Amino acid sequence: MEKILQVKDLQVAFSTYGGEVQAVRGVSFDLHKGETLAIVGESGCGKSVTSQSIMRLIPEPPGRIVGGEILFNNMDLIKLKEPELRKIRGANISMIFQDPMTALNPTLTIGEQIMEGIMEHEKISRAEAKMAAVEMLQLVGIPSPEARLKQYPHQFSGGMRQRIVIAMALVCSPDVLIADEPTTALDVTIQAQILELFRDIQKKTGVSIILITHDLGVVAQVADRVAVMYAGKIVEIGSRREIFYRPQHPYTIGLLQSVPRLDIEKAELVPISGTPPDLFSPPVGCAFAARCKYSMEVCERVYPVQSSLSNIHHVDCWLQDERAKKLVSTFVKI
Amino acid sequence: MNTYFIKRFIAMIITLWLIISGTFFLMHSVPGSPFNEERTTNEAIQKNLEAYYHLDEPLLVQYGNYLSALLHLDLGPSIKKSSQTVNEMLGRGFPVSFELGFYTLILAVISGLTLGIIAALRHNRIIDYLSMSIAVLGISIPNFVMATFLIEQLAVNFPLFPVATWTSPKHMVLPILALATGPMAIIARLTRSSMLEVLTQDYIRTAKSKGLSPVKIVFKHALRNALLPVVTVLGSLAASILTGTFVIEKIFAIPGMGKYFVDSINNRDFPVIMGTTVFYSAILILMLFLVDSAYGVLDPRIKLHKKEAK
Repeated sequence: MEKILQVKDLQVAFSTYGGEVQAVRGVSFDLHKGETLAIVGESGCGKSVTSQSIMRLIPEPPGRIVGGEILFNNMDLIKLKEPELRKIRGANISMIFQDPMTALNPTLTIGEQIMEGIMEHEKISRAEAKMAAVEMLQLVGIPSPEARLKQYPHQFSGGMRQRIVIAMALVCSPDVLIADEPTTALDVTIQAQILELFRDIQKKTGVSIILITHDLGVVAQVADRVAVMYAGKIVEIGSRREIFYRPQHPYTIGLLQSVPRLDIEKAELVPISGTPPDLFSPPVGCAFAARCKYSMEVCERVYPVQSSLSNIHHVDCWLQDERAKKLVSTFVKI
Repeated sequence: MNTYFIKRFIAMIITLWLIISGTFFLMHSVPGSPFNEERTTNEAIQKNLEAYYHLDEPLLVQYGNYLSALLHLDLGPSIKKSSQTVNEMLGRGFPVSFELGFYTLILAVISGLTLGIIAALRHNRIIDYLSMSIAVLGISIPNFVMATFLIEQLAVNFPLFPVATWTSPKHMVLPILALATGPMAIIARLTRSSMLEVLTQDYIRTAKSKGLSPVKIVFKHALRNALLPVVTVLGSLAASILTGTFVIEKIFAIPGMGKYFVDSINNRDFPVIMGTTVFYSAILILMLFLVDSAYGVLDPRIKLHKKEAK
């Protein structure tokens, strides 16, 4: 499959009064054309920073991209200057933010906010931009779009606003759509509708989606592939089936066990004990070792080498090593 | 729509009436009268004078007379300057004060907004510290110090501008500069802090993610939201600047209306005290109304009147 976006060994740090926080510590993944890649992990694991770094939207300073490459159309986005980045933002890569209540400017009509993106990137008249906006609103399922263009964000409900934010992000038909927790601020029924909309749009436009979430239920519904992040690194990446049915990293397993299940009787919720490591001085070995039931001496000393279970399923864990094989059989049932 | 304006108009009239009544009775409760002077006048003459200006009548009657004259927009005669009416005095002084105040406001708003925006965009950098230092100086230096400094430097040491009076555009430069520094500093500080707040909002990040240029982000997305607090201050600021300032007009020998406020109180010149107060209050009330109207224009969530429920 064609790779549309490649992230290689991305490292991002933030300088604070307490020192430098290493928020992202070497993240690599490929995004294929037309697929949905979900990045999951708990709060503070670096998933939002990763996504905002792709668009170069992290505030610099205090943020700083320490190293790595973000390849898009044979360009390294990290090396680009602001004016060149502006041509890509919104036109080739666009973004949907978590809270639709605050993501829209309260003093501009939604029509204006949808149209300004396309008018910035394409040489078209206002009338044409308006037609594009109407078309987009229809695509995201907003009734009587012509009339609604003239309304302000406060005249819409939360779900409607998220649809508008999606319309805004898609108006220039980007190649990549980054959705940062797009359903977290919405209630469950609206959430289902929005996820349905994502699938629908991907079918119609073929856009590649990076979905940032901490909700495995959302992942199960829309993702083709899943990357699990912990403490600024991707610890396991694989197809949705592989991650849900053959998880290898103890952290992935822990995440899956902490989701309530309706399909298994007497399923127990098992929390992951402990807290994530301090990213001011991240551990040298596996960052999860301190919370891991199966951790071995080597885990704390050396970061695990990546093992590949198939050409798309990779995991960073010492348990994959020949010498640790015996342990694995004991926990694989979930 | 119309009911809102009618209600608002009635409220404005009531406010004005309360101010008039308050001032009237306060003024008369203060000891002294226009005819109390070091040089004692003959008692009979004093009686005659009081009778002439109806000051011998009961206070409530005087109050009633004043209100009914006011309904005809007649502010009465000046007692001290017996050849003039208060209407004439304000009619002569206000246009001058208004001209001075108007240019001052324009200068203060433009330079204040510019300083504030630049400071916010270069937050915590040298240019931010520099403009905020200017702002603090502008707030702390009284305008009469500023005025004398400007005269000393730009009229005496380097005779670029005339020292005083109000005859040509060149004469306006120094008083406008002296008067504008304070309001400019206030506006700059307000703009900076509200811009800083707005720039961290999610919708600014959204605008960036669309690939908009920094100029568009600042002027289209940020400034409008940041202007509300500035507009709030601008209302009362405009009212006081437009109606003249005693000190600046005195220093530059500008024939504005600022001096009437102070002189009338020293002289116990009752009609002039009332006249200037009524006039100032009317302008202030009008400005506050304009500010409220501006809110509705700037922020669509603020509606001055309730629309019928859909």
